[in-house]
Amino acid sequence: MGPGKSRYRERPVGVKILADTVHENAALKTGTLFGADELVINMGPQHPSTHGVLRVKLKLDGERVVGSECVIGYLHRGVEKIAENRTYQQFAPYVDRMDYVAAVSNGLGYCEAVEKLLVVEAPPRARVIRTILTELQRIASHLLWLGTHALDIGALTPLFYCMREREEILKIFEKYCGARLTTHAFRIGGLQYEAYDNLEKDVERFCKDFEGRIQEYSDLLTGNSIWIGRTRNVGLLNSADCIALGASGPVLRASGVKWDLRKAMPYAAYDQYKFEIPVGTRGDTYDRYMVRIEEMRQSRLICLQAIENIPAGPIMARVGKVLKPPVGEVYHAIESPKGILGYYILSDGSTQPYRIRIRPPSFINLQALDKMIRGHLVTDVVAIIGTLDIVLGEVDR
Amino acid sequence: MNPTLHSILAFVEAWWVELLCAVLIVLVVPLIAGYIVLVERKVMADMQARLGPMRVGPHGLLQPIADALKLLIKEDLIPDNADQFIFWLAPVLSMTAALTSMGAIAFGPWFQVARDINIGLLFVVGVSALGPFGIVLGGWASNNHYSIIGALRSTAQLISYETTAGFALVSGFLLAGTLNVRAIVETQRADQAWYVFLTPVGFFTYLIASIAETNRAPFDLPEAESELVAGYMTEYSGFRWSLYFLAEYANMIVVASVGTTLFLGGWLRPFPNVHWLGWLDAVPAVLLAVVGAYCVLRAGKQPARVQSLFLWAVALACFVVALIFAFAAPFAHLPLQFMHDGLYGAFWFLLKVSAYIYLFMWLRFTLPRFRFDQLMRLGWHILIPLALINVVDVGIALALSSEFGWNRWLAMVVTTVATLGAAMLLLHWNDKYSAAASAALPAESSIAEDSHAG
Repeated sequence: MGPGKSRYRERPVGVKILADTVHENAALKTGTLFGADELVINMGPQHPSTHGVLRVKLKLDGERVVGSECVIGYLHRGVEKIAENRTYQQFAPYVDRMDYVAAVSNGLGYCEAVEKLLVVEAPPRARVIRTILTELQRIASHLLWLGTHALDIGALTPLFYCMREREEILKIFEKYCGARLTTHAFRIGGLQYEAYDNLEKDVERFCKDFEGRIQEYSDLLTGNSIWIGRTRNVGLLNSADCIALGASGPVLRASGVKWDLRKAMPYAAYDQYKFEIPVGTRGDTYDRYMVRIEEMRQSRLICLQAIENIPAGPIMARVGKVLKPPVGEVYHAIESPKGILGYYILSDGSTQPYRIRIRPPSFINLQALDKMIRGHLVTDVVAIIGTLDIVLGEVDR
Repeated sequence: MNPTLHSILAFVEAWWVELLCAVLIVLVVPLIAGYIVLVERKVMADMQARLGPMRVGPHGLLQPIADALKLLIKEDLIPDNADQFIFWLAPVLSMTAALTSMGAIAFGPWFQVARDINIGLLFVVGVSALGPFGIVLGGWASNNHYSIIGALRSTAQLISYETTAGFALVSGFLLAGTLNVRAIVETQRADQAWYVFLTPVGFFTYLIASIAETNRAPFDLPEAESELVAGYMTEYSGFRWSLYFLAEYANMIVVASVGTTLFLGGWLRPFPNVHWLGWLDAVPAVLLAVVGAYCVLRAGKQPARVQSLFLWAVALACFVVALIFAFAAPFAHLPLQFMHDGLYGAFWFLLKVSAYIYLFMWLRFTLPRFRFDQLMRLGWHILIPLALINVVDVGIALALSSEFGWNRWLAMVVTTVATLGAAMLLLHWNDKYSAAASAALPAESSIAEDSHAG
């Protein structure tokens, strides 16, 4: 069988598709297969390690990246537009589908934003329970990141250990609200469900186990010279660049900027607890790894503090069945596992938001990709995509 | 009688053992490779706190057969723009090289196709070095960017690490004084030492190089899944893909066998001359009897009839071989003794090969992957100089013991320490080099702002 004589798909004789023309011209010019010194590789949207449907066009010189372009939108569902045709309560489940590995955090941000618009506050009990679940979600999100990031760099095993721990967290979610992934755990004004009887015990048991487990991952990776070789000085991003690009979350903190909304503008019940904000020094992939590992430890401490004293009382503030916020606008941001997740809501006084704009941390952190991968090898590209911890559901919305 | 037929018969009569071995290799090695995959998945599952394949057959024992069947009946797909002939040829080449190189390996004292060829291991190394051609050609013929990058990586990697492996083998050859596979093992018996004890550095450089040669993690860059999708195999599917796959596992068996033959005493029992370890002789029989008994125990509990029959068959095979191990010794005059020696040697040989392959798997599930420049630096800055120094040091040790009458062990210890000192020095230099390289990195990455690619 010669080329063009495929038995699967006959192309009409004499019809040239664009690819043929380009191929022939290039071959004519240089007499080589690729036709140029540079090689363009299309990474994604179906690629094992672009974490979803990210497409990166890479321009390579040998294996070195000399240029790149991100193509996004393959998972665009128009979440912001959908919001305009839903009531405030109806829209809440949609935000779970943005960063689907941290649905609880998304829900918290949205509920608090609407509460701010309504000028109501969730009761203390609800706020503490929200904090516990959100911190568990942060651990779960970081665990998924750690597993997949290690997998990208070629360490197969941590993924399964991380999934094992994450499973425990998802079980707690399931017991609390019946859902594991897209939980819709919170409601505008507080909580729908009271904490189940053994919530504290479950969280405590998880936190106790987790101490040793996280040490296990550190033993596998932190001191491993191949791991250090693969992550040290890879994807450098200094603090000025981070701020200029609007990067947030662990990406920003690994560059040495101590900026965490949980401390800077406390929400939920974070002002009641003691915790540290880990920061890095160099802003490389290794620092981002260390920052996230330490964040998991800190989240564990927050959970332990929170379960010690869950105040009694109602779990729902007085909000009507029909939400009609006053005309106005509000912006509320939380520190989601990926970074600063902001909701801007414009209300025209009706039951439906006039406009919702979401500031997704993954989308904005992804902007740093081109800056970070230039001059690195293809191998580093996957490490850097991994270290940014993007979720395409959130990037594309 | 027809002269052609006559000559064929004469040929078969003269070479029937070798022919049988060759047919066995072609028939059995793919099966063994399939089962190595199963073992690998089981080992991986064990290390990752899960069960692995459990559905097809008891504990997934029939999984490789099901997989092979699935791959055989898959659609035979060749991409439109691929170079059709080379695309067809490449996996065949890989597989052929892997199987042919097994011809000279002695799996036990009797099982060997090419007996008494004086170039022995050189033949194995030479023929298995043809395998990368399959990878390179396959990557080229696929007409896919990922494939070509995988193929290029493979070329560079193979050239670098074949060199290391070659030098490591030379240190063993120096000790053995021969390339003949049988003679190497017999020399180790005569020397009363496996060469891993005489030249540990040689063994470990060979170990690392052999992992890299077989494209196994942490050196699996040619098929680095997270970067290159599947590297040179990206466009391959179905049976062609499985040929590549089989070639990889057959190559693992080859490098493990070479390492076992040269450094781990081939088919010799561990410590054959240590009297109080004589009970090790009984290990094969007992082990097989235990495995057989376990199969009998489990056979009744299988949900399907075919599964319990399968277990009965395995148990029967185990018991027969165990009986040969246990009771052949008194019947030395019967051909049974011949079988006993062959099987007994094969048992220890395969045990060592299995341990070697297990180490491969263990490393794969523990370590992250190297980056390409790191891989090259490890090869050229550390392993090749180290292997060279080791060859020189082994030579010095041999000269010391033969010319100056030193104790052989003393000479070996002294030179090994010297080699290790050199290794420390190499590592130190390499650290300095990589520190300098990473300091230079920011300047390197400030390439002029380029417009969008693509």
